[in-house]
Amino acid sequence: MGILDSKEPQGPLADKWTKHKNEIDLVNPANKRNIDIIIVGTGLAGGSAAATLAELGYNVKTFCYQDSPRRAHSIAAQGGVNAAKNYQGDGDSVYRLFYDTVKGGDYRSRESNVYRLAEVSTNIIDQCVAQGVPFAREYGGLLDNRSFGGVLVSRTFYAKGQTGQQLLLGAYGAMNRQIQRGKIKSYTRHEMLDLVLVDGKARGIIARNLVTGEIERHSAHAVVLATGGYGNLFFLSTYAMGANVMAAWRAHRRGAFFANPCFTQIHPTCIPVSGDHQSKLTLMSESLRNDGRIWVPKRKEDAIAIREGKLKPVQLSEEERDYYLERRYPAFGNLVPRDVASRAAKERCDAGFGVNKTGEAVFLDFASAIMRYGKEKALTSGMKDPDDNTIRELGEKIVEAKYGNLFQMYEKIVDANPYKTPMMIYPAVHYTMGGLWVDYNLQTTIPGCYAAGEANFSDHGANRLGASALMQGLADGYFVLPYTIGDYLSDDIRTGAIPTDSPEFDAAEKDVRDRMEKLMSGTGIHSVDYYHKKLGKIMWNKCGMSRNEKELKEAIKEIAELRKDFWENVKIPGRPDSKNQELEKAGRVADFLELGELFAKDALERKESCGGHFREEYQTPEGEALRDDENFKFVSAWEYMGEPSTAKLHKEDLVYENIKLKTRSYK
Amino acid sequence: MKLYLKIWRQKDASAKGQMVDYTLDGVESDMSFLEMLDILNEELISKGEEPIEFDHDCREGICGTCSLQINGRPHGPDTMITVCQLHMRSFNDGDEIVIEPWRAKAFPVIKDLIVDRSAFDRIQQSGGYISVNTSGRPVDANAIPIEKHIADTAMDAATCIGCGACVAACKNASAMLFTSAKVSQFALLPQGQVEAAERVQNMVRQMDLEGFGNCTNTGACEIECPKGISLENIARMNREYLSASVKG
Ligand SMILES: Cc1cc2nc3c(=O)[nH]c(=O)nc-3n(C[C@H](O)[C@H](O)[C@H](O)COP(=O)(O)OP(=O)(O)OC[C@H]3O[C@@H](n4cnc5c(N)ncnc54)[C@H](O)[C@@H]3O)c2cc1C
Ligand code: SF4
Ligand code: FES
Repeated sequence: MGILDSKEPQGPLADKWTKHKNEIDLVNPANKRNIDIIIVGTGLAGGSAAATLAELGYNVKTFCYQDSPRRAHSIAAQGGVNAAKNYQGDGDSVYRLFYDTVKGGDYRSRESNVYRLAEVSTNIIDQCVAQGVPFAREYGGLLDNRSFGGVLVSRTFYAKGQTGQQLLLGAYGAMNRQIQRGKIKSYTRHEMLDLVLVDGKARGIIARNLVTGEIERHSAHAVVLATGGYGNLFFLSTYAMGANVMAAWRAHRRGAFFANPCFTQIHPTCIPVSGDHQSKLTLMSESLRNDGRIWVPKRKEDAIAIREGKLKPVQLSEEERDYYLERRYPAFGNLVPRDVASRAAKERCDAGFGVNKTGEAVFLDFASAIMRYGKEKALTSGMKDPDDNTIRELGEKIVEAKYGNLFQMYEKIVDANPYKTPMMIYPAVHYTMGGLWVDYNLQTTIPGCYAAGEANFSDHGANRLGASALMQGLADGYFVLPYTIGDYLSDDIRTGAIPTDSPEFDAAEKDVRDRMEKLMSGTGIHSVDYYHKKLGKIMWNKCGMSRNEKELKEAIKEIAELRKDFWENVKIPGRPDSKNQELEKAGRVADFLELGELFAKDALERKESCGGHFREEYQTPEGEALRDDENFKFVSAWEYMGEPSTAKLHKEDLVYENIKLKTRSYK
Repeated sequence: MKLYLKIWRQKDASAKGQMVDYTLDGVESDMSFLEMLDILNEELISKGEEPIEFDHDCREGICGTCSLQINGRPHGPDTMITVCQLHMRSFNDGDEIVIEPWRAKAFPVIKDLIVDRSAFDRIQQSGGYISVNTSGRPVDANAIPIEKHIADTAMDAATCIGCGACVAACKNASAMLFTSAKVSQFALLPQGQVEAAERVQNMVRQMDLEGFGNCTNTGACEIECPKGISLENIARMNREYLSASVKG
């Protein structure tokens, strides 16, 4: 195990972070001016880190591939952000948030990191409110909360269905303030293509200006990768089209270990696939599960009739419907965690009860919520004996106030009115819990290279509870990295600016150019999307919601063959020295083709079921995930050895001192 | 269905652009508009031609990246949506569709349908934030109560996605709706008060420096805004600006 040192501080859990902050080295403010930091990614993690590090006095350079930092994928998060504020007085606490997160992640996250996350969560809300983030309020003017899957308290703060957008605009504003002060230099439409190491330390990056095609060298004393998740590997996912693994993968090839690549979250409430042309899946926020009830018909004949359009869902009575989550998990009902809800939907559809044309959808129904709210409203407004239609109208208004924009989005995409007929939903790839391995300081196995937000692996284990990714991104950026990076940089106060004309930069730039040339010299038969779609199909069918040994082995072989074909036959029009979106895509897909194989290898190695990783060979008689703590209570951290097939596995044993490992039950 | 497309092609910022005709068959009504362009691009690539470049990322109406002028309208024929949410069921077999980039002096074309909207970033950098230390320890969030209707109005203004359709819709290419949305969000909230006067002056100055035109109250921006940002914000910004100028 030797080389994986998690650097967890000793002592009682609740004191670890404070103690650590007191003990690590600081950089004198006057010296910070002489230190440069590169931050790749301007989402919640990168944006907040950039603003805070610049605020502290470091010289920061930020990079993103979009035309503005404000467009990072974090913008799309709908539901909310958790914090253990206990404003609702429903028994929430730092410990409970910590406990729920570790349990929700099926005991595959690092205890000390998760505790720290819960601890700083309350500061996040204070910080964002001070920045003017318009969170939802109650009539009394105080902050409102709602609950999410996997928990029994209301700790989720939200801004309509646009929480990610508002939090990101907060961080973007903080960045803008530092750009104005000259402390951040923002490089937009720039893509990091490689990491540069000098004497074994991360000292810069090679980036491509996506407008001019120029290859640029940028140096710094430390490099932070906040580049998001790699779920686009599946082609169809809820990720933005440009989301990619390139920066993390390049760092992996340079020596950063890649942890738990197979831990992928499949989100239960997405709009189902409609056809072959589809480029992207759209999420319906999980908050809908607070009021929506999930069901399929009890009888197969009814399911078939619905699929053929001969029967309308509203024609089925309560008794003819199977509210399978409420049936199987009475304590949590529709609010079970995502992995449980997703698998249950797949189970019903596989058994022949799916309700859309392809049989891959279940209903998310608001009829009872509409009637319940309507009755309440009628009562509180003193109406006597209102008829059903009036009640329904009143109820629809209340549901509209809560979820209006989501309902509108659904209607635009599907062309059906969810107030009148239940929505159809199906699970889709949504978040990757795996990522670059980091220690307690968020440093990767490359000194000076850090990873934050979705790009690292540490906090969510094998499954992420809702509203905790935003929390983690902001915690890393605003409150963790600014301390821990100082500890490392305190050794660099005399280093001076890092030159970019060194042999190391020459070599890295040459690698990048050679690779691009090779990509563009293929004999040219198929487009980049052709390969991406093929990879996505293999991933979804064989490494998706459930996996087995046979298919994983097939996937490994098929991906390796596809990769070979790609490098020989991909067709990229245009030139490398100008704007070229096909070339951009090709670079990203090339890396997905390597990661995909490692992903399958990791899934094959993990002979247990936990969280988002379900191995069919390991399940209870009731079809629930069967974890094996005896043999698999570890993080798998893969070291690059030249090819995905030769990657070397290192294990970080997970130590639980404060939580007793239990079978996860939501019954 | 079969479509006749007229699309703006331009090699780079300095090249002269032109409309090019394409015919596309086999378009299905449940495709999104951008998926229709994906298919056209696949065809072009297979013929060895360069695909048409257009900006997009989230494809769910929130990142503000997509930006097409379709038959003369920013984000196309439907209201309250972005291009990525527009579906082909809004069109008919045999339709001719004209696709152009945003047109405004302050948004120079980068390539084909992609324009440079960094002027928007610079407007925000000139004051579109609240100057609070990010590494500090602010007061408890509930120590700043905000009446619900005020929080809701601030939220409505805050939903601007920075797409630039308002500029593209305006005959003067004015950025008033965009700028006023941010000014309003902060002017409404207690946290934004301290710097309110300075903020509005700086942001308006930057807006003018970037070469956006004046607002002549035609209201085209509000009609084309995918997020329903209201003209009231412009009125609020004008009031803020006036009172800031009076204070000096
Ligand atoms: C539809 C949807 C809804 C969600 N809802 C919620 C929710 O309600 N609550 C919650 O907690 N979480 C939610 N999530 C998850 C959450 O949004 C993300 O996990 C989180 O925002 C990731 O933030 P990040 O800062 O790590 O990365 P991102 O926001 O993904 O940012 C990545 C950044 O890296 C840049 N980048 C990437 N590669 C390169 C490169 N090679 N070179 C240069 N720049 C690069 C990008 O330009 C971008 O700036 C949701 C996710 C989705 C997709
Ligand atoms: S005001 Fe509306 S149209 Fe203008 S940038 Fe904002 S969202 Fe787009
Ligand atoms: S692509 Fe994000 S709004 Fe259209």
